[in-house]
Amino acid sequence: MNNTMQNTKVLKTPDEIAKRQGLWIGIVCLVALYAVLFALDNFMKPSKTTLMLIPVLKKGAIYSLLCVSMNLLNGFTGLFSLGQAGFMLIGAYAYSIFSIPAEQHASVYQYFDGGAIQFSIPQIFSNALGVNAGSFLGAIVCIIIAGLVAAVFAALIGIPVLRLKSDYLAIATLGFAEIIRAIFQWNGLGRITNGSNLLRKYTAFSDMKIQIGEISYKIGTIFPFLIAMICIIIIILLINSSYGRAFKAIRDDEVAAEAMGINLFKHKMLAFVISSFFAGVGGALLAMFQTTVQASAFMSAMTYEILLIVVIGGIGSVSGSCIAAFLYIACSEWWLRFLDSGSVGNVQVSFFRDGFRKVVFSVVIMIIVLFFSRGIMGNKELSFSGLIRKINKRKAAKLAAAEAGGTAK
Amino acid sequence: MIDFLHNNLQYLLSGISVGGQYALIAIGYTMVYGILRLINFAHGDVFMVAGLIMIYAIAGGLPMWAAIILVLVFTVALGVAIEKVAYKPLRSAPRMSVMISAIGVSYLLQNCALYFTGGLPRTYPVIPLLTRKVTIWGATTKMVTVITPVLTLILVVVLVLLIKYTKIGMAMRAVSKDFETSQLMGIKINSVISFTFIIGCFLAAVGSLLYFSNYQTVVPTSGAMPGLKAFVAAVFGGIGSIPGAVIGAFIIGICENIIKGAGQNWTIFSDAFTFVLLIVILLVKPTGIFGEKATDKV
Amino acid sequence: MKKVIALVLAMLMVFALCACGGNGDSGEKVVKIGVYEPQTGANGAGGKQEILGMEYANAMCPTVDINGETYKIELVMADNESANEKAVSAATELIAEGVSVVLGSYGSGVSIAASDTFKEAGVPAIGVTCTNPQVTEGNDHYFRICFLDPFQGTVHANFAKESLKASTVYCLGELGNDYDQGLINYFKEAAEDLGMKVVTESFPKDNSDFTSYLNNAKKEGAEAIFAPVSIQYAQLIVEQADAQGVEIPLLGSDTWDNNTIVGATVGKSTELYVSTFYAEGGNPEFEAGIKEWMNADAARLEKNGGNDMLSAVTVMGYDAYMVAVEAIKAAGSTDAAAVMAALPGVTFEGISGAISFNDIGDANRDSAFIKSANTETGAWDFVAVQKA
Repeated sequence: MNNTMQNTKVLKTPDEIAKRQGLWIGIVCLVALYAVLFALDNFMKPSKTTLMLIPVLKKGAIYSLLCVSMNLLNGFTGLFSLGQAGFMLIGAYAYSIFSIPAEQHASVYQYFDGGAIQFSIPQIFSNALGVNAGSFLGAIVCIIIAGLVAAVFAALIGIPVLRLKSDYLAIATLGFAEIIRAIFQWNGLGRITNGSNLLRKYTAFSDMKIQIGEISYKIGTIFPFLIAMICIIIIILLINSSYGRAFKAIRDDEVAAEAMGINLFKHKMLAFVISSFFAGVGGALLAMFQTTVQASAFMSAMTYEILLIVVIGGIGSVSGSCIAAFLYIACSEWWLRFLDSGSVGNVQVSFFRDGFRKVVFSVVIMIIVLFFSRGIMGNKELSFSGLIRKINKRKAAKLAAAEAGGTAK
Repeated sequence: MIDFLHNNLQYLLSGISVGGQYALIAIGYTMVYGILRLINFAHGDVFMVAGLIMIYAIAGGLPMWAAIILVLVFTVALGVAIEKVAYKPLRSAPRMSVMISAIGVSYLLQNCALYFTGGLPRTYPVIPLLTRKVTIWGATTKMVTVITPVLTLILVVVLVLLIKYTKIGMAMRAVSKDFETSQLMGIKINSVISFTFIIGCFLAAVGSLLYFSNYQTVVPTSGAMPGLKAFVAAVFGGIGSIPGAVIGAFIIGICENIIKGAGQNWTIFSDAFTFVLLIVILLVKPTGIFGEKATDKV
Repeated sequence: MKKVIALVLAMLMVFALCACGGNGDSGEKVVKIGVYEPQTGANGAGGKQEILGMEYANAMCPTVDINGETYKIELVMADNESANEKAVSAATELIAEGVSVVLGSYGSGVSIAASDTFKEAGVPAIGVTCTNPQVTEGNDHYFRICFLDPFQGTVHANFAKESLKASTVYCLGELGNDYDQGLINYFKEAAEDLGMKVVTESFPKDNSDFTSYLNNAKKEGAEAIFAPVSIQYAQLIVEQADAQGVEIPLLGSDTWDNNTIVGATVGKSTELYVSTFYAEGGNPEFEAGIKEWMNADAARLEKNGGNDMLSAVTVMGYDAYMVAVEAIKAAGSTDAAAVMAALPGVTFEGISGAISFNDIGDANRDSAFIKSANTETGAWDFVAVQKA
């Protein structure tokens, strides 16, 4: 970003025009995207493609948020943390515990006498505002609670752990994620966490509807996009703020950053807590997607998966993380499934059997890690204004070339 | 006291045996870290693959001695190949990239194992000498429980002597002290690194023979937990230090089994405890029990 | 660099097209039955055996007549990887294929996790061997043909009391597995009502060292060990109990009825009892047929664990398929909603016994078979029919 350009309010430079154009194109694209999602939810006839597409889109949006939140820590602040799965677990549990309807408690917590928490936030809102608005607002409140709980845990863990460096920090946060998992499965907390058993029946994406006149429309696919988008925008704003610049300074050189007067611990803590907040939000969305939550799913393999997506997208690129998340989810859940089915089209291939998809997939990942170690985007960002600028430049270059050619003649 | 020991001997034996097996894996972690400053996440999976090779070798009709040799040779070859393919090209890349490459290799090995086993648990063949039952002071256990600590100690002593008194050992020490300077001094970095991987994987293969003789089921994720715990053991003992890794491994193995025997409310924390121990040691003495104080270069 | 990315993207698109446009229509009328089973993971061995039963049933009964027209029945597989977090995408895959009814799964957790996805799509599901009550409770779309855990837990408690004369029982389950923990809970309730002392412990996921747990059982003076765990762990427990010289009888739940486990007891001093849905010898004609079918293809034998020993889950898989076919017939349509409406009224004389559904959607079953492992032949011996 060119600062002098922003400060001087003289005539509009081509760059500024490009920026504004880019913003408008972006907004138009987003509106179009939401329109398509709305149509997918409500008016599309269910076909094989749309049925596979919708969950991929939902999960892709959730993973985008999770990857961006991890990127904030690993890519922008240079803190190598592997605790993502632990914070997701906290978020997922916090969300579901507070949103299980009161009448379902007896059945969900059947081994723990109906559990300790006897209210449901979406229900409280529903009683006041009606079912649709109530579930929507209730879910949002629960998601925020989920993020906050994860952030509180992060703050507690951060105090001792953030003093460690690089690999030691990674292994310590990994250890914390494992400890959190064990605690949440402990029967002693069963009245809250349901011990080893699933949490279910809470407000999920399918409960997300809006009422327009007489008809209620489903917004189950829009919802994760909306939440993820808001969160990612907040993260981008943060990255571009003075805090973000401090984070990058710490990443590039801790000693130099400290010499510049940046409080290392404070900023590391800030990045850690904020990243965990959004990991918690992502965990809550994942819980909504899965419709059931169980602590045993949040293994370190989940953290590795997210880390790999961040690397594929490019460490230090928000848009790279988002693109990679959608590609990764689509490949693993949809496009590569035929590798497991035993045939391509109608041709039987004997080595296509269970697990082959994962082998191919991990080979692809290795190729990316080894030969394209900068990932899809490197540390650049995809933006419409950037594209326009590039097109302008190219046009200008062509024009110049043509002129040069003309004068030469 | 004697009575208490007698009553709990079974737990202690389990702990010593599993500790010895962790130790053999932990040495691989600690040596690689000492030289490359890389947490070799794939090491636990190499250990699992060694287990699978044994199963397929015996199923393929090889005699026991040939199968064991095959396991040792193949595991070492696999380790060296991983280093050449996945780590060497990234030598000048940031440390995080190498670590991610290690995670990628781990993912690949697990998925290949999943593919070849069809995702089903495979039963490890019986190695007659190791699985024979013995009774020690009233506690029944397998022969492997007794053999493991002895074999581990012998191997460690040999290894320490090797590092102390041979030329390649001296080269390894030099490289772990200062990677770049030792290169300037004419040490062939690549052969030293390969040698490190050879030793690490050889020990992991031996460890897999012992471990899976004790717990005779191999699944694609079999290596993950032992690997992680062995790494914790290496950090606990002071990463880079071989005796430290061994002592750390025994402590973790024994503590884990004591916790499992400690009563109903505690057993589920047996894994978590390992990590609590890790975090405590990192905070109190970040370089581990035997680790040298690292000098940060600016 | 950009070109490479473009290439990769293009390839992915081609893959996508392959994936979407793979199925050619041959003009035949087809009705699809979804198979939602674990083929990998901790319960992969059991899931594969269950699928085997469905495949045999499909080979025996490949078509169904609906309103005078003959439909070919196609089995559509989705692997839930024995993992709850994979449940939604596996279930979605089946729904996208347009299945009329779903069979499965082995393991209760994955069934509960996928339940809402089936519900939303309006596709009925028939649980084959998922025994946790939460699978069908409060669901109109989930049915099941096996007995339930409260029943199974009581059966084990009674067996421990009456046949093993136990006064203290040690229970061991996997931490974070609701099947294990649920069943132990019901067992505990029933056993404490019978005046037995129950000690429960849990081990962390992917644990392979059970020696300390077995010693705990010994220390507690347990006269039976009840461990309703996955096959992967069961094998380790059997093996380590012998190595540690723990000679306490082992009680296994329906998951233990697997030939790899009974195979692991050969030559050992293990005393092992399992409760199950079917005992070998119940229907010799059927058994001869399915064994011949399995022996005809090495891949099928491999799926069954290497030999042709018949597991109860295979029989249950067969029965589940047949119930689904009956339901499609009764519905007179391949429409999922019609099949769902027809299912409560379906009755079927299955190999594992008569099947009819109660109000909740569970099969009316009042007995379980107890079998013991024969450590010489490596086969199951029939012990008793136990009622609750």
